[in-house]
Amino acid sequence: MRVSLFITCLVDQMFPEVGEAMVTTLRRLGVEVGFNDAQTCCGQVAFNTGYRPEARAMAEHFVKVFEDDNADFIVAPSGSCTAMVRNFYRELFQDSNDEQWRQRINGVGSRLREFSEFIVNELGVEDVGARFPSRVTYHDACHLLRELGISEQPRRLIRAVRDLDLIEMEAPDTCCGFGGTFSVKYGEISNAILQEKLARIENSGAEYVVANDSSCLMQIAGGLSRVGSQVKTMHLAELLAKQ
Amino acid sequence: MSVTLDLTQRSHAALENDVLQGALKRATDTFIEKRREAITSVTEWEALRQRAHLVKEHTINHLDYYLEQLVAKVEGHGGKVFWARTGDDVNNHIIELAKKRGVKSVVKSKSMATEEIELNHALEASGIRPIETDLGEYIIQLADEKPTHIIAPAIHKTREQIADLFAEKLREGRPREVAEITAMARKRLRNEFLSAEMGITGANFAIAETGTIVLVENEGNIRLSTQVPKIHVAVVGIEKVIPRFDDLSVFLRLLPRSGTGQKQTAYVSFLNGPRKAKDDFEFHLVLMDNGRTRILADEQMRESLYCIRCGACLNVCPVYQKIGGQAYGWIYPGPIGAVISPQLQSLDQSGDLPFASSLCGACRQACPVDINLPDMLLALRAKAKEADIGRKLSERAAMRGFSFVARHPKLFAASGKFLRFFGRLFSKDERIQSAPFGPLRDWTQYRDLPAPRGRSFRERWKENSK
Repeated sequence: MRVSLFITCLVDQMFPEVGEAMVTTLRRLGVEVGFNDAQTCCGQVAFNTGYRPEARAMAEHFVKVFEDDNADFIVAPSGSCTAMVRNFYRELFQDSNDEQWRQRINGVGSRLREFSEFIVNELGVEDVGARFPSRVTYHDACHLLRELGISEQPRRLIRAVRDLDLIEMEAPDTCCGFGGTFSVKYGEISNAILQEKLARIENSGAEYVVANDSSCLMQIAGGLSRVGSQVKTMHLAELLAKQ
Repeated sequence: MSVTLDLTQRSHAALENDVLQGALKRATDTFIEKRREAITSVTEWEALRQRAHLVKEHTINHLDYYLEQLVAKVEGHGGKVFWARTGDDVNNHIIELAKKRGVKSVVKSKSMATEEIELNHALEASGIRPIETDLGEYIIQLADEKPTHIIAPAIHKTREQIADLFAEKLREGRPREVAEITAMARKRLRNEFLSAEMGITGANFAIAETGTIVLVENEGNIRLSTQVPKIHVAVVGIEKVIPRFDDLSVFLRLLPRSGTGQKQTAYVSFLNGPRKAKDDFEFHLVLMDNGRTRILADEQMRESLYCIRCGACLNVCPVYQKIGGQAYGWIYPGPIGAVISPQLQSLDQSGDLPFASSLCGACRQACPVDINLPDMLLALRAKAKEADIGRKLSERAAMRGFSFVARHPKLFAASGKFLRFFGRLFSKDERIQSAPFGPLRDWTQYRDLPAPRGRSFRERWKENSK
């Protein structure tokens, strides 16, 4: 089984340890991992902010990078980036002239999996051999949940971690308030939404909040840090790499 | 003043208002819980949603056919129909009719369509007195405020505030309990119902097959408004038509559960033309366009006409939950408001509403007609940028720059390295807590950021491959 990493610009530049943890776990599961360093960004930020021509240019680059990688699957540590390629790229190539592009996108998108989805659905594995004594709560990232329909797989993986106690917070499927550029354009509203999420996290009694998206984790960690909370954030990949 | 400033200012005021925050939390929590309870027992809920979507899609794609069928049937019942292109057309027609019939006061049921065109102000300016008879609408009419929710217009007001309002405006003492407030309103409104010469409502559905106007309510004010005065006028957006009576079996199961968490509202009225028991009773149907045909013409945005105005999207929206309805600046709040306001008004006026969303998708999930609201928000954002609404030159330059860099991997790697180095200058104890300008400043106003790492993933991978 050979996979190609879609590392995402955020993990590449800001949270590289998430990428490293992903590689560790995949290799432990016997997967051959490749990384094409011609990759940059899927273009979600431009698309979500309304800059479709700019997003399209980035999408074209993305497809060119990944279409000839000879990998069985492309794996990404992010629900929102995965959703961008699988669900939203087609919006950028709707012209009648874009038939070839649509096929190329499909060739890439049909092989793309979010990390937890890959391990559970494609490898058929729930216990990756991890151990991390802790009380953990899980945050359902919005695109992961509603665009990709992924909510069971991460929970199964987390429950299989030895000595770990998974506690569900109240309404784990409510937004953390990030929303891309929304978080800085409407920072006050974003923060108000974040505070609700932080309250639910605190009330859960967990020591760690785990999610599959670094963007949510960045928002949540940023809030926890600002209020001096003892609760820490962790990407699912980092949790699964713990031994 | 730009819309952005208004929305940011208005949401700031809303976020600082502790009373509003409490009221919003109670109201939305309750609506969400009641909706959840109400749909748990409906095992075919998903199938109903999809069916509703298909019916609306079909109807909207053949709107001319169904509207003509509706009009023929209503006229067959002895009703009169008026096609109104603009809000002014609606108001002028109603005022003309009212003047001809010597109407001095009008009892109104809650109608977003009439709020949209400011019918009450037009009536008042012509010397005709409109009285809102839905209790929530009555309250905000007394307070001269805009509604804060599509189906519960006064949720921003506490019992105490309402009691004070009644004491001030009605001058019959200060009611203490909810029952006293209601009784006071009921007594006043009863007199109004009995003396008004005209009743004006909207419609929840207009059935083409039978020429029936369908209205749902809990208070009985619609029954009274439509049956007591001699003239009933229904102002109905053209998108409200549905093909057959049988289609109600889908919509009437979806609407109350989605809106208030009720299996069925206390009253459902099926009105076929004027009241037959009386010879001189009239029914007037005013079909309103007011920008809807513009939305209809746009294939990408047409789906926004499927809305049945239940308010479910408001309740689950994390933004609405925090800022409430008035912060949206017009009369349609929440996700549906962010989608139709820029279209019924213009992108210039409310083009920022679609950006005030985290795109979480909870709205679509809650929508009984499965309207793809997030997709439409994204489409409006693209339209806004194409039309250069708001002229954000630095943002455009940044996006262009980022797009360019992202097509040149070595440049991307180098820029990333530079930005991380730059970011580290603002770091202390492995955190960035403040920055002097740009998005970093906006971010750190409310949150910390971890200090950027020395080496990116791609750099580490390269090193490990050696």
